[in-house]
Amino acid sequence: MIKIEINGQIVEAHEGDMLIDVADEAKIPIPRFCYHKKLSIAANCRMCLVEVEGAPKALPACATPVTDGMKVHTRSPKARAAQKAVMEFLLINHPLDCPICDQGGECELQDVAFEYGNDVGKYSEAKRVVPDHDVGPLIATDMTRCIHCTRCVRFGQEISGLMELGAVGRSEWMEITTYVGKSITSEISGNIIDLCPVGALTSKPFRFKARAWEMVAHPSIAAHDSLGSHIEVHTYQDKVMRVVPRDNEAINETWLSDRDRFAYEGINSQDRLTVPLAKSKGQWDEQEWEDALNQTVELLKPHLNNPDTVGVLVSPNATVEELYLLRKLLHAHGVKDIETRLRQIDFRLDEAAGKPVAPGLVNTLPEIEAMESVLLVGSNLRYEIPLLNLRVRKAQLEGARVRVLNVADYPFTFDLEDKVIADPQALVDTLKVLVRAAAELKGTEIPAGAEDAVVSEQHQAWAKDLVESGKATIMVGAMAQQSPLYADFVLWSARLADLTGATINVVPQSANEVGAYQVGAVPANGGNIDSMLASDKKAWIVVGIDPELDTVYGARLKQALDQADTVISLTAYDSEYLRSVSDIMLPIAVHTETAGTFVNATGDWQSFKIASAAPGDAKPLWKILRVLGNLLDMDGFDYVHADEVLEEAKAQTQSLGSVQGDLAIPARTCDKPVVLGEWSLYSVDPIVRRSEPLQKAAGAARPVVRSAIEADEIVLNTPAGPITLPNEYDESVAPGVVLVPMGLSETADVTLTDVSVAAS
Amino acid sequence: MKDTDFKVIKGEVKERIDRWISHYPADQRQSAVMPALRIVQEVNGGYLTPELMDEVAAYLGMQPAAVYEVATFYSMYEHQPVGKHKICVCHNISCLLRDVDDLIEYLKEKLGVDIGEVTPDGRFSIKKVECLGACGEAPVAMIGKEYYGNLTRERLDELLESLE
Repeated sequence: MIKIEINGQIVEAHEGDMLIDVADEAKIPIPRFCYHKKLSIAANCRMCLVEVEGAPKALPACATPVTDGMKVHTRSPKARAAQKAVMEFLLINHPLDCPICDQGGECELQDVAFEYGNDVGKYSEAKRVVPDHDVGPLIATDMTRCIHCTRCVRFGQEISGLMELGAVGRSEWMEITTYVGKSITSEISGNIIDLCPVGALTSKPFRFKARAWEMVAHPSIAAHDSLGSHIEVHTYQDKVMRVVPRDNEAINETWLSDRDRFAYEGINSQDRLTVPLAKSKGQWDEQEWEDALNQTVELLKPHLNNPDTVGVLVSPNATVEELYLLRKLLHAHGVKDIETRLRQIDFRLDEAAGKPVAPGLVNTLPEIEAMESVLLVGSNLRYEIPLLNLRVRKAQLEGARVRVLNVADYPFTFDLEDKVIADPQALVDTLKVLVRAAAELKGTEIPAGAEDAVVSEQHQAWAKDLVESGKATIMVGAMAQQSPLYADFVLWSARLADLTGATINVVPQSANEVGAYQVGAVPANGGNIDSMLASDKKAWIVVGIDPELDTVYGARLKQALDQADTVISLTAYDSEYLRSVSDIMLPIAVHTETAGTFVNATGDWQSFKIASAAPGDAKPLWKILRVLGNLLDMDGFDYVHADEVLEEAKAQTQSLGSVQGDLAIPARTCDKPVVLGEWSLYSVDPIVRRSEPLQKAAGAARPVVRSAIEADEIVLNTPAGPITLPNEYDESVAPGVVLVPMGLSETADVTLTDVSVAAS
Repeated sequence: MKDTDFKVIKGEVKERIDRWISHYPADQRQSAVMPALRIVQEVNGGYLTPELMDEVAAYLGMQPAAVYEVATFYSMYEHQPVGKHKICVCHNISCLLRDVDDLIEYLKEKLGVDIGEVTPDGRFSIKKVECLGACGEAPVAMIGKEYYGNLTRERLDELLESLE
């Protein structure tokens, strides 16, 4: 540690730290535009000039390393003169359009100009005008306002790994632009809105909606992937106006994925169900809550005598409180079939373990960032969990070797050391080979099942790296989880991890997937969605999902709902499909409209409070369940506050199986061509699907099948008959694999447990 | 990009670029971006297109935007078609003092094109450039890789005659 003096204050620092960091730590303000703690140092805006005793000129604090005994003045006449002069230059070409600028009121340039600038500008000549570019549905540009700090450019180069913006031209003609008129396609592009210190890059959906000072900021938790990023929900008159990240080094750092940032547009969708609806004689009638709840109880009661004939399908984005109350309510009546694993088709792992085996990250995100060797198994990580992908990218940039086993050669934002692109069966076989290679390296017995594996030099190198890296991990992604061979993927990955000393992270996908396991929102009787659909359910309760889109059971589920006597829908959205199958539809609040808790991928219980008002008569689900409990004359449903539910849920978590290599599962093979479902970034849940800006963005799903089959169309057999989809010939897809986009109305009948390619 | 996707960087062009790449450490291929751009510009008749820059980016393992930045920063890279002979007339202080403006007007009139335009026969285009570093011979112009100093109207006439 060394000591330096800033404005007469003695501050401790590490030799070589940048002056601006030391000052920030000591809470001594230094103005800046181009400097950002997560980006490289550019030192191009010159706003952070300070006086350092002994230096002839003012020095930029962001690029000046501290040395012992350094004496710094940030507000001396010399420093002030330098800051004033820089401010004057920066304002020369900046338009005076603050009143019509969305950044007004939260603008770094405005604040710094007020604090450090002159009252009156001396410049009276013409200002520069820069044409705007349409960079897509998420980001609005006003490039005349740009002060060339290049934060957005560096974000693309250094953080997202996709340099979509560049500083083109030079001197007065320099412009920040995509140059070729492309849209910005990054899955985390919205962060440049936060990074932009002026109003050059602003949020397009939020444009002209509200002023920063009119809104109320509510700390909350993001609901569209399993990380549970920390967010702030900004509301105006109790309506969500925008979502921005909150700093949290352990999870999202300062970033947020576009999905979590712009999904709120779906909360404000016109499709929201705002009043309880009940069907009588084929007509839908609006109901008072009291009547609607009584009718729900009437509908449900007869079936509760035969609890095995009741099935419950719940969104894995429901809160802990909601899931726990559902379980409490229904388990008390013997209904055990509550399912949140709507996209899983292989449940052999649960059968082998005798209880549900939950996915989860055993490593924290900072630990993943520090890995030396990473093996990704069946994962398009960038489009599954964008911010987890950033951590792996950071590891790779620090020298980690990342290898993938995938069914398609997905584009990654970092360099891969090696890859195997093949069908699921071949990938599992590759895992077996790696296990054998690792066993040979360690000189241990070759596990049963891997005896026939033939080890090549490539496999040896993979295994050796996992063994020899001090920090190595195997990450099993969504593609593996949703494949018919999920259990094989997990078991062989676990065996490989055991042998090599690597950790195994089975990446959860949804906001409360882990929580759902913990509070028992997966069948407690060894059942699962597959067995539920196979048994003859008379009543279904459907919670928080679009049943035709949110599962991989397509036509099978639709048929089951059609054949049931009773379907009770608790839904945030009205839809034609729900109207066609339901008997009653109760409007529920979404996550910003209720107090709740999500358990994230690393097992953190993260609670949040109400941020916005539910539209119309929609109510938080936990309150609806509480009243249903009362109406069913049940004890223990007298909660006043969601916290009480949480306490109880925490005390009654379910015992779960863990991911272990010593389980024995029945063998399964999958015939080629194997049809696999692909969830695009913006088709994963009902809210995201209804966010218009996201649906126009680059990550939105297209109703097109991808395969390495040379055909214009592919016909898929579904339980509801054959459907024909356009086929995109794509060499990056492994031979024998057909990738079908899920979550789209065009593919709603595709049932991944019962699908085959009829013709191409 | 696969090898077959390269429309321009192949054969001799590839060899020339590879020679530059070999001057730098193996993990620093992007250091060859400037000569690579110069070479593809040359074989494309004197100017760059986004497709060409994308090819350079793919070949050197760079992000396309990073190549656009370089290609738009330096004035020797062209983004519009130029004449077979690009007449780069210095427009900096020494040449201005020696009345280069008059020569530029003369050139424009004689060739019938404005700055940045190409003569209908595709032979000539005029470009104003900053100091060519040959003030002793002002006014100066660069045509191709050659410098021509002490320019006068007459000397320009002779020059244009001599160029095919």
